[in-house]
Amino acid sequence: MRDFLSDKVKAIQPSGIRKFFDIVTEMKDAISLGVGEPDFETPWHIREEGIYAFEKGRTFYTSNSGLKTLREEISKYIQRTQGVIYNPNNEILITVGGSEAIDIGLRAILNNGDEVIIPQPSYVSYAPCSYLAGGKNVIINLKVENNFKLTPQELENAITPKTKVLILPYPNNPTGAIMEKEDLVKISKIIIKNDIFVISDEIYSELTYKDKHISISSIEGMKERTLLINGFSKSYAMTGWRLGYACAPKELIKQMTKIHQYAIMCAPTISQYSAVEALKNGDEDVKKMRESYNQRRRFLINAFKEMNLECFEPFGAFYVFPCIKEFGMTSEEFALKFLEEEKVAVVPGTAFGDSGEGYLRISYAYSLEKLKVAIEKLNNFISKLRV
Amino acid sequence: MREELLSIIEKNSKISIKELSVLLGREELDVANEIAKLENEGVICAYQTLIDWEKTSIEKVTGLIEVKVAPQREQGFDKIAKRIYNYSEVKSVYLISGGFDLMVTLEEKTFKDIAIFVTQKLATLEGVLSTSTHFILKKYKDHGAILDKEEEDIREVITP
Repeated sequence: MRDFLSDKVKAIQPSGIRKFFDIVTEMKDAISLGVGEPDFETPWHIREEGIYAFEKGRTFYTSNSGLKTLREEISKYIQRTQGVIYNPNNEILITVGGSEAIDIGLRAILNNGDEVIIPQPSYVSYAPCSYLAGGKNVIINLKVENNFKLTPQELENAITPKTKVLILPYPNNPTGAIMEKEDLVKISKIIIKNDIFVISDEIYSELTYKDKHISISSIEGMKERTLLINGFSKSYAMTGWRLGYACAPKELIKQMTKIHQYAIMCAPTISQYSAVEALKNGDEDVKKMRESYNQRRRFLINAFKEMNLECFEPFGAFYVFPCIKEFGMTSEEFALKFLEEEKVAVVPGTAFGDSGEGYLRISYAYSLEKLKVAIEKLNNFISKLRV
Repeated sequence: MREELLSIIEKNSKISIKELSVLLGREELDVANEIAKLENEGVICAYQTLIDWEKTSIEKVTGLIEVKVAPQREQGFDKIAKRIYNYSEVKSVYLISGGFDLMVTLEEKTFKDIAIFVTQKLATLEGVLSTSTHFILKKYKDHGAILDKEEEDIREVITP
């Protein structure tokens, strides 16, 4: 039989740590600190709204771009948090998670050979999505000495005449790094000077532990060259509802909507009704969850300090990214040995790009009790290694 | 830090000052001082333990009693409330808006003990007009804690 598979898709490297995760799945009694989604259930009033929508028979498609009320609520939300106004009629598109927005955003922007700057360590889907859309990926290896921020110098060095898009993944998965206002102002100047477009993945925007998150689209001159991506998964603990959104200039939203309508039709209707409730009455839930995450974050940072494990202090998302270079093992070797000996699963930093080598991603989307047990085991493990 | 501190110890009064200081990102001394202040101000009233007596062999019955009273001149409901809450078997007394005035919670060994308390002590108090007694048959959630909660992590492995 002929090989029916696409050369292009076959060429995508399967995640190098797939093997590692297969072992984790097999090991039923392992404690996992590997999960990248909230441990909280969706707040009840939001779920209740979903049940109500079912009862009301709201089981049909919505318009392609999503429920108008939801787009209006999103518009208000961005206005009150960022002071930026997006027109709900033509500058907002409801997507199946932030991940769909990344995919169709890149497809709507890129021509073959356009260069896409991707700072790493970062979420795993940017590079393959860009590649599938014909992009040529230019990786920036972020550095711990800059607190894993993107510096103006690093950006400038990566720009060529072919550069079209910068992916800006902050607050960052896996490092927990954030970009503050002065950082954004500095890189915005370079972005504008070089006429580059930005895809800003702000899915963790509600989970920052210093000042409130600032979107690059709120920086002067940036709204017209930014695709802002956000969603409900992390902020409202709604991962399984698969709901995100894209805000961008109407010309881009128009093109993205074409792909969305042919590939997806519309985002899940029940999820959209529930999301309206989340935006209207969910601020207090977000605040409580943020407070819990922050306590866990402080607990972990303190625990690492006590065991002399090097770790920069992250102020976003729900991950810490400790350095394990002192043990002379690769991230994957360390994670595998830790799993075998102590039955705790953490994600090797290399899952998020080569620059993650020497680091581990530890998620604190777990109860304090679980974190305490796991940290005790980590302490045992590294004490043995240090002997 | 006050609100966050209170919301932590409301759920876990056993937590140490050291751990609190880590979770709150404050010095231990500051945390200890704040707690002392809260105790002095009467904001923190008691450190108690939530017990599911059902899971023990010890008999306990809780009754909720709605009480209608005639408020007294100058004293309102306070005087009669005090006469009720002084009984050690009374766990709580609330002034309530609506169809009745005081909500009294009572803990005893048997249903009969509660009935006796209500008929002999509570109903006979001067100013008490009527009572209506309810027994708690099962506690599902108490003080924000779900009593029969199954803890299971159902999150599946997915590409990070």
